[in-house]
Amino acid sequence: MAEMNSSVKIETRNLHLYYSSFHALKDINIAMKDRQITALIGPSGCGKSTFLRTLNRMNELIPNTRTEGRVMLDGEDIYQPTTDVVSLRKRVGMVFQRPNPFPKSIFENVAFGLRVLGIFSKREIEEKVEQSLKDAAIWPEVSDRLHRNALSLTLGQQQRLCIARVLAVEPEVVLMDEPCSALDPIATLKIEELMQELKKNYAIVIVTHNMQQAARTSDWTGFFLLGEMLEYAPTRDIFTRPKDKRTENYVTGRYG
Amino acid sequence: MPTDNDKNIQEIRKKIALNKLRDHLFWIIGLLSTLIGFVLLFTLIIDLFIDGFPRLGWQFFTSYPSRFPEKAGILSAWVGTILVMIVTAATAVPLGIAAGIYLEEYGKKNWLTHLIEINMNNLAGVPSIVYGLLALGLFVYFLKFGESILTGGLTLGLLILPMVVIATRESIRAIPNSIREASYALGATKWQTIKDHVLPYSFGGILTGVIIGLSRAIGETAPIITVGALTFIAFLPSSLITSEFPFLSFKWLMDPFTVMPIQMFNWISRPQTAFHINAAAAGIVLLLMTLFMNGFAIYLRYRFRKRIKW
Ligand SMILES: Nc1ncnc2c1ncn2[C@@H]1O[C@H](COP(=O)(O)OP(=O)(O)O)[C@@H](O)[C@H]1O
Ligand SMILES: [Mg+2]
Repeated sequence: MAEMNSSVKIETRNLHLYYSSFHALKDINIAMKDRQITALIGPSGCGKSTFLRTLNRMNELIPNTRTEGRVMLDGEDIYQPTTDVVSLRKRVGMVFQRPNPFPKSIFENVAFGLRVLGIFSKREIEEKVEQSLKDAAIWPEVSDRLHRNALSLTLGQQQRLCIARVLAVEPEVVLMDEPCSALDPIATLKIEELMQELKKNYAIVIVTHNMQQAARTSDWTGFFLLGEMLEYAPTRDIFTRPKDKRTENYVTGRYG
Repeated sequence: MPTDNDKNIQEIRKKIALNKLRDHLFWIIGLLSTLIGFVLLFTLIIDLFIDGFPRLGWQFFTSYPSRFPEKAGILSAWVGTILVMIVTAATAVPLGIAAGIYLEEYGKKNWLTHLIEINMNNLAGVPSIVYGLLALGLFVYFLKFGESILTGGLTLGLLILPMVVIATRESIRAIPNSIREASYALGATKWQTIKDHVLPYSFGGILTGVIIGLSRAIGETAPIITVGALTFIAFLPSSLITSEFPFLSFKWLMDPFTVMPIQMFNWISRPQTAFHINAAAAGIVLLLMTLFMNGFAIYLRYRFRKRIKW
């Protein structure tokens, strides 16, 4: 699964992050490939979410954070003073741990991103909303109630709606922060299938607590511990012959 | 051994019984206090209605005040109240909402915003007469707006501004951060996030705060007297609509005025009982205006609560 020759989409160099004086990310160097799924695993509080948020600069919404080092998207540093954060976030979409649809209609949830992109033609919006909902594998479930409030959906449906919302903006990278942790096993399976489908067009980075999920779905796995990335390798290697003893302890379930 | 255990159980039972008794006692005291308040208010209102209701009629609403109680009416008062409220709403609402948005969404959390916050909360509790004095100095003497509708409206606007700010902030704060993050993560700007999400979702709460603020302002007397509302006005302010272009006139802003509570005050302070009846009737009108506004606020809150559940 892990192709060595696929091109690098996002790469970090000597990336550090501080919450006030707390050193939350320590010297992260990772190259994540296009059209591959990169899983980030590690115990709670090791900095997975923090790392993910540095990739679309969502970390900057938290006061008193400081980021050092570089994050290269297609070879360009996104932390340059000239980078437009708003257009960066259109290229690097994000799905959150808890489904967070807007308290609006299903249709409006997806249409919002399109309007943000500057698309106002009613027909074009309708087409793209439908396409995004299809891409997120939720269309058959909602096609007859597009104008119902999104909060009336089940959590699993809400999460796929959130994915549809991201896809509508046509990003290049999709970041997912434990997207299944609030979902039941069937909804989880649906999201995992969807990820395999999306992988054909996007670079996907997923944080997960679930070892099986990382093993099942990802091509590459990075193991985080206490703000450091201890090991990064093709998923098969991480799970069958990890180099670091601590990685082995974690993936065999000895702590976490 | 068994007797010991029995003793224990008995003691526990006693304790439970005592607690239950306390519960009942508290319940009765609470009910009594509520009843006292309720009965008092109810008698007052009933009394007001008995005195004033027969006086309510077309003539009462369409007449100016007069030396003859049966000819007197509240025309200049209710028109004045509505015009003053328009000025109040037009100033306090946009300013208050903008300040609330700024403090919640833009202002960095530092000592300055903290200071503003503390002051804002205290301002809401300042006696209204103090606002009257401030307004007298600022609007009447310094800005030379005179004893006009503009001055009256601005004074009451100042008075309810903190309430609008606080209501705005509280409704904005009730929106979970995850919603803002969702919007930013899609590449929305701060303004798009506020305009399309923060404001619409907090709209019900803000509107409720605005209406409650206005329904407080409508009954305010002290600050309005301080800035020089007249107690006897036998003409209407200049018309809002004119026959010539641009068909709207703002001359009325500078006209002298009176408002409902002042008209009431004036009638109450006269010796003839017939005027007291007029005051009661005006009181009913004012009460109904306030009740209607509060009812509308409750309705809005209920509607928006039902629509948005986090
Ligand atoms: N907003 C914040 N302010 C201060 N410290 C934080 C903040 N968010 C996370 N942290 C700390 O940073 C560390 C990494 O957190 P996080 O990235 O959420 O971990 P993970 O997602 O791996 O569970 C934790 O020790 C956490 O306490
Ligand atoms: Mg996390």
